[in-house]
Amino acid sequence: MPEIKITPLGAGQDVGRSCILLSMGGKNIMLDCGMHMGYNDERRFPDFSFICPEGPITPYIDCVIISHFHLDHCGALPYMSEMVGYSGPIYMTHPTKAIAPILLEDMRKVSVERKGDQNFFTSQMIKECMKKVIAVTLHQSVMVDNDLEIKAYYAGHVLGAAMFWIRVGSQSVVYTGDYNMTPDRHLGAAWIDKCRPDLLISESTYATTIRDSKRCRERDFLKKVHECIDRGGKVLIPVFALGRAQELCILLETYWERMNLKAPVYFAVGLTEKANNYYKMFITWTNQKIRKTFVQRNMFDFKHIKPFDRQYIDNPGPMVVFATPGMLHAGLSLHIFKKWSSNESNMVILPGFCVQGTVGHKILNGARKIEFEGRQIIEVKMSVEYMSFSAHADAKGIMQLIQYCEPRNVMLVHGEPAKMEFLKGKIKQEFNLECFNPANGETCVINTPVRIPIDVSLPLLKAEAKKFSALPSESKRQRVLHGVLLMKDNSTCLMDVDEACKEAGITRHVIRFTSTVHVNDPGPAMATAHKLHLLIKDRLPMWSVTFTDGSISLESVLVKVEGDDEEQKSVFVSWTNQDEGLGSYILGLLNSMSN
Amino acid sequence: MKLYCLSNDPNKPCHILTFKEITIMLDCGLSMQSVLNFLPLSFVASNKLLNLPFWTPQNVSEPELEGELRENCDRVFIDSPPEFCPPLDKLIDFAQVDIILISNYLCMMALPFITEGTGFQGRIYATEPTLQIGRLLLEELVLNIEQCPKANFANQWKNFVHKLPYPLSDSFKPKSWKRIYNMSNVNASLSRIQMVGYNEKLDVYGALQVIPASSGYCLGSSNWVISSDHEKIVYLSGSSTLTTHPKPMDHHALKNADVLIMTDLTQTPISNPDGMLGVLCVVVGLTLRGGGNVLIPCYPTGVVYDLFECLSVKMQELGVSNCPMFFISPVADMSLAYSNILAEWLSSVKQNKVYVPDEPFPHGLLVKNSKLKHFKHIYSEGFSTDFQEPCVVFCGHPSCRFGDVVQFIELWGNNPRNCIVFTEPDFDYIDALAPYQPLQMKVAHCAIDTSLNFTQANKLIKDLKPSTLVVPECYTVPPVSAPNLTELVIENNPDRTLIPYKWGEVINLPLKRKQAQVFVEREIAQKIVPVEIKPGISLSSLTGTLKVKDNVHNMESLEKIKDPNYQANIQYEWGSLNVTEFLQKLSQDGITDAKVEPSGSGVMIHLQDEDALIQIEENCTHVLCNSDEKLRMRLRNMLMHCLKKF
Repeated sequence: MPEIKITPLGAGQDVGRSCILLSMGGKNIMLDCGMHMGYNDERRFPDFSFICPEGPITPYIDCVIISHFHLDHCGALPYMSEMVGYSGPIYMTHPTKAIAPILLEDMRKVSVERKGDQNFFTSQMIKECMKKVIAVTLHQSVMVDNDLEIKAYYAGHVLGAAMFWIRVGSQSVVYTGDYNMTPDRHLGAAWIDKCRPDLLISESTYATTIRDSKRCRERDFLKKVHECIDRGGKVLIPVFALGRAQELCILLETYWERMNLKAPVYFAVGLTEKANNYYKMFITWTNQKIRKTFVQRNMFDFKHIKPFDRQYIDNPGPMVVFATPGMLHAGLSLHIFKKWSSNESNMVILPGFCVQGTVGHKILNGARKIEFEGRQIIEVKMSVEYMSFSAHADAKGIMQLIQYCEPRNVMLVHGEPAKMEFLKGKIKQEFNLECFNPANGETCVINTPVRIPIDVSLPLLKAEAKKFSALPSESKRQRVLHGVLLMKDNSTCLMDVDEACKEAGITRHVIRFTSTVHVNDPGPAMATAHKLHLLIKDRLPMWSVTFTDGSISLESVLVKVEGDDEEQKSVFVSWTNQDEGLGSYILGLLNSMSN
Repeated sequence: MKLYCLSNDPNKPCHILTFKEITIMLDCGLSMQSVLNFLPLSFVASNKLLNLPFWTPQNVSEPELEGELRENCDRVFIDSPPEFCPPLDKLIDFAQVDIILISNYLCMMALPFITEGTGFQGRIYATEPTLQIGRLLLEELVLNIEQCPKANFANQWKNFVHKLPYPLSDSFKPKSWKRIYNMSNVNASLSRIQMVGYNEKLDVYGALQVIPASSGYCLGSSNWVISSDHEKIVYLSGSSTLTTHPKPMDHHALKNADVLIMTDLTQTPISNPDGMLGVLCVVVGLTLRGGGNVLIPCYPTGVVYDLFECLSVKMQELGVSNCPMFFISPVADMSLAYSNILAEWLSSVKQNKVYVPDEPFPHGLLVKNSKLKHFKHIYSEGFSTDFQEPCVVFCGHPSCRFGDVVQFIELWGNNPRNCIVFTEPDFDYIDALAPYQPLQMKVAHCAIDTSLNFTQANKLIKDLKPSTLVVPECYTVPPVSAPNLTELVIENNPDRTLIPYKWGEVINLPLKRKQAQVFVEREIAQKIVPVEIKPGISLSSLTGTLKVKDNVHNMESLEKIKDPNYQANIQYEWGSLNVTEFLQKLSQDGITDAKVEPSGSGVMIHLQDEDALIQIEENCTHVLCNSDEKLRMRLRNMLMHCLKKF
């Protein structure tokens, strides 16, 4: 039995550091190459020594596929390609190719310049790595080599997120990355056709949530911001240049518009306008509504959100400020934080994960006093909020995707083990499908049925179709295809026996048997023949029996009655050797009558 | 396999291909040559056009014809809203079309005629730019005509075509001409389009696979590969091997087709696009420097993007960069906006800009710097304040029969310092200007057509190696405009069959399907026992149940069938029977009374005691006996031992 082998190096019963190895039909594919934001040591990257203990992994990996630009899906890419060593192709969508290097650079700066990490990749390495990237378009069939084909489907989640269908020979796998099944503020819903993969590898972040609570979280967020503004407070939202920043901008922009709010909203993100430009140019990846109206009004041309100037920090009155970097470890966001933290009517909202050692991480863990270099101590009196805004499929959405693509097996990754177990049970119960959730480093083997394509001569197929349609319609007999396989000069073709003999240059030798049975049945021979016809038809209801000129025939079997008006009739049964079973059965039938 | 040709214009193609019981429409182009016979539509009353003398044929005193025709400078025009010649609807019922493949946005203008009110229920496939930009072209056409309603609709002239002067007398099928569709037809028709990406494999009822491949001609333009398990048909429409803004042409996918249908080659076989662009730049420079205005009748998309880019640079060099460029079309804003968000469909140079991120086309910047100003119409708000002369105006329609170009010709036509430059190849510029004559403004003809010329096409064919090549008949003879240039044809070559076709023809394509494909289950495949008949040739009989779903054939193990009369392992005997060997076997088995007699071309063995006859010939053996099954089985075993089997 051919098999598919899957080993998660990350995201196995865990969230973060997504990296899954897939082997089928002699091809090895790496699905995502993420980093774990929760670790500072070597655990932040997947353990590539699993692939080969030392040296570059190029000989062992045929291609790398990146589902989207979030760092837990692409954060280890430059490390893998430039430091471990991989020179093969890396596939991702156009928006991911545009945005991923910027996020990688942001993260690199935090890790190296702030935390002083050693053994981290450099800016140049990010550039070198991106040179290996081949951008793909949705639904485009990409042949990685002669046998390996991939195709991207829309996944929602973030701009440019894709699910990938991967095929080698007759085996296929769908890897979802992160996806959401309901359209949100700026993205559409994930979609896939009935591609019937052997395995669906799905994320399961919200495996136990029945309704995606994103809307609730958004409402919560807006309520908190609004309350803070109302009491005259200032809201600081530390963000990274791309991704969540734009999502939150759209959120606030529409809220400000709807509620007719006057408090200023500022955007002080490193790339500012440029960052939004990425979104403007990849507008075809957003949802239907934004795409339709973009000429009149580009969703990313914000009316209420204005560029920030440092001197606004001390302005009186309420305001909302988006500032980089996202983990409050340096730069403008930290500067503003220091200025505002002592006022309890102010608020800081951290919309993403913060790594250990950053101010963001400290205040999220309840630290109310932060010590800075030079013994400066800052008291945190402002309220601190954490909110995650990632769009993921909920349990219902995951079930829906299974229904869409009809896989033979399901594997859950990117989730918590307990939640996975719950969903596994549901999938088994509802779809009767085998469901797996291997831990990191654990290899899962899935057997797949084989289908071997062979050529068949059209006359043979047509003869079968004709024969089948001639069968009595009430007969639920299965269709049977019979022929001779001719194997010649690397080509194989199934054809009719005579055609095959001709092609092979040989002559058939036909053996025919004719046996005579004597039956006592007075009356004309025709009447006897008629009786026999009915008998045979009755006994062999699944066969096409014809009756012409007093002779009965089915397949090569021929039955004839002789002896006019005599008491005893001679019945001749004749058949070729290939119909031995059928011929001898009919002969036996007649023999039992004569006795 | 059959090909129907429904359009008489190879540059506005429309075909039907039937194959494996699937009916495919290849492109849906609308020939607009008919509009040149009509008077221009002007939304401000034009004294000149209104005062043209009426014309009636001699010896015809048909009162109903009155007022339908007018004359200007020895040319006769129909005074009526323009009519169009839709694809031929007599050969095929459009309700039977399963799918329509659209190659590029210039080949879909007849779509509402085909899909609306005809019972059409199929699917339409087109790339995202083809749909989005095609929508702009269809909308512009409808808006341009609808904004100038005419009270009278001329129809009688069609009964007197033979009495009308040239070129009206030469009108192609005027009785089939139709008025333009309306906006709700456009919306309904376009809503049927399913967007596809390059190299996306589309399954057509399990019988065929259709793949669009980049054709390099314009944003989202594609060629189509239609294939089944064993056959490959390539439909090549507007294609370009030049480097402009679209993604380059994908040759690889088109190779080694059984049938290559090639259409939509260049309309300017004699001139080359680069040269024409050079001339254009010179003309624009000279005109502006001389204080004149430049009028460029054009479509709202396509080559204009390159012209904006190229002219802005040239105008800078020539010191006339203070002259603005105006782009006037009901869809100008949409066209500029769309072109900058379709990065995935652009050449790699343009595509790489979005990674910076910069806009792929510079026209966003040109608009920002007020070098390029766009308006929906000349009467749109702000146009009169922004308008300054001298300037360059891009506006539609290239036929000069409707759109804002009509007003500009009226405005600038009498000043010899102005110049009208024809860049679109679709219309003859002399015909386009005929109703406006006499004109004082200069006329320049710089048709820029980037699609394949004959040299490029012949080279491409050599490279693609199709078995059969199918082209419009007019490509097999030199163009009418240059009858002596015999190299301007598609070459005939003994390596392939060349089949020409023309309008209204149904041709049989020589593609005989011989093989199909079945998928064999593992259990069956394991039972295959190849018997080597000769060196390199093996045979094995194979039986299984056949399951057909969505036109896909699967063969499964026979063991699932309960009927005992089925034989899963049928074998075939071959070669001739050695009679001596058989007789030996008989006697070994205790049958010693065999009497051998010659009979016909073989022998007859008579077993007297057993009351059986065995008739042996070169290629067959017949065993006749009574109902003694034991004996028959003994004989059967002996016979099968003496024969070779597979």
